Amino acid sequence: MTFPKPTIEQVNEEAYLLRFGSQINEQTADQILWTTRQLKRLHGIQDLIPSYTTILLTLKTPAEQQHKQLDDIENILNALSEQTALPLDQRKVVVIPVYYGNEVGPDLQEVAKHCQMTPEEVIQRHSATLYRAYTIGFTPGFSFLGSTPDALHIPRKRTPRHQVPKGSVAIAENQTAVYPSVTPGGWQIIGRTPMELVDWSSEHLGLIATGDSVRFEAISREAFLAQGGTLDGF
Amino acid sequence: MAFNVKKSVMLALIQDLGRFGYQAAGLTTGGPMDEMAFRWGNALLNNDENASQIEITFGLFSLEAQAPTSIALTGADLGATLNGQSILPWQTYAIKQGDVLSFHQPVWGLRAYLSVKGGFLCQPTLGSTSTVVREHLGGLHGNGAKLEVGDSIAYESSNEHRQMRVPRHHIPDYSQQNIPVILSYQSADFSTADHETFFSSRYRVSSHCDRMGYRMEGTPIGKEIRGITSEGIAYGAIQIPQDGQPIVLLNDRQTIGGYPKIGCVTRAGGDLLAQRKPGDLVRFASTSIQQATTDRFQQLDHIKRLFSPCH
Repeated sequence: MTFPKPTIEQVNEEAYLLRFGSQINEQTADQILWTTRQLKRLHGIQDLIPSYTTILLTLKTPAEQQHKQLDDIENILNALSEQTALPLDQRKVVVIPVYYGNEVGPDLQEVAKHCQMTPEEVIQRHSATLYRAYTIGFTPGFSFLGSTPDALHIPRKRTPRHQVPKGSVAIAENQTAVYPSVTPGGWQIIGRTPMELVDWSSEHLGLIATGDSVRFEAISREAFLAQGGTLDGF
Repeated sequence: MAFNVKKSVMLALIQDLGRFGYQAAGLTTGGPMDEMAFRWGNALLNNDENASQIEITFGLFSLEAQAPTSIALTGADLGATLNGQSILPWQTYAIKQGDVLSFHQPVWGLRAYLSVKGGFLCQPTLGSTSTVVREHLGGLHGNGAKLEVGDSIAYESSNEHRQMRVPRHHIPDYSQQNIPVILSYQSADFSTADHETFFSSRYRVSSHCDRMGYRMEGTPIGKEIRGITSEGIAYGAIQIPQDGQPIVLLNDRQTIGGYPKIGCVTRAGGDLLAQRKPGDLVRFASTSIQQATTDRFQQLDHIKRLFSPCH
């Protein structure tokens, strides 16, 4: 199998957008993950934003020295091949405990109704899937995880909530996520984790990085409370 | 030694050049909305280019000095006074103990920069002192809080003062209407008519303008263009949501987004826009990436040469 070489487009004086085709899939995500890791080793890169099909990189070098940098980036892209994917067992797997209950998952019943299954089936399907963190954004540490099983696809809420409690586990379209802090949000909330997703004192900040694998694990109300979970917020 | 905050009504924030290296975790960069004004401030005092300053938006902010030092004012003219006497931006002033520095209201521009000899002493959070209110990050207490009455912003006292000013021809014209734009991102998806409209009509700064972005009001464009797969948002990106009204994303912008973007305002263009208030009119002017890059590095070079002029 072959794939087209990624393209480089300058978008402002210091930022370049690397495009890896238009398909959101595991192969593209693997290429982006591999490239991001290589780019991190280069000098003179101020910031990197890996996403579904692109990497935005900002250089801190003056214009006259950007040529050297671009050569290095070209070399990295040229070295991309089908073999660049990290084997699954070498990827970090983050396990997130979730209390799926109506009191912390106010949309659980509605999701079940929409998907024509019982709430128990929703929980079973949501926690049986191994997800991939495609990108991080919206707020610090908010990881877009894909893809949910077809049977769980559901639109965002018509009216977003002004305040989604921290730790809320939610689904929308073919994605799932955990709200790392209290923010407005329009996703369907089905549970809550007692786990902290953002650690300001750690170098990586977020528990989940783009490219990581993520699995949810159903826990009881008692275990949730024992792990520091709280029931307030709605 | 410190400046004590005596009055803080609007928005005064500690900023350095920004918080870099954390966008992959979803953190914005922050940093001065008018970067050139910020850079001139540190240059006037021969400070490190990243030394922390106070960005004062609108005015209604007052400080009392506890010890002698030298300060520089750059950016907007917010009707500043030193012990009641009017002072102008783009130059340095000697400060003695007990001096009261006040910013009143905008005369010219919107955001002023106060720098002090050696920079304000402030503990960085994740490598930067830049205050991002939304992320509860940075600033005097590390928690993203704006400066409030009672805050004490430390500096190293100094009796050294050197009278310096920015050469007149390098002071930006904040009334200039043209904001340079580099066509990039999804610009090719916009129709020729959209391009013509965008570059020929005037856009008004709406009341939704802050450090995150400036929402503009004018003839809508690109209404038929669909959303895209979320991708990284560069400084100055002009996103066109479904209502067709452009939003220029600035320092505190979100890191990724799924709206189509017609291009990016240049750094110089963003500096100018950040000095505009709701109701002000601007025009977007197309420029090439080469031109924008050359202009930017020439500007940076002028600042670098302030202390080593070679004419």
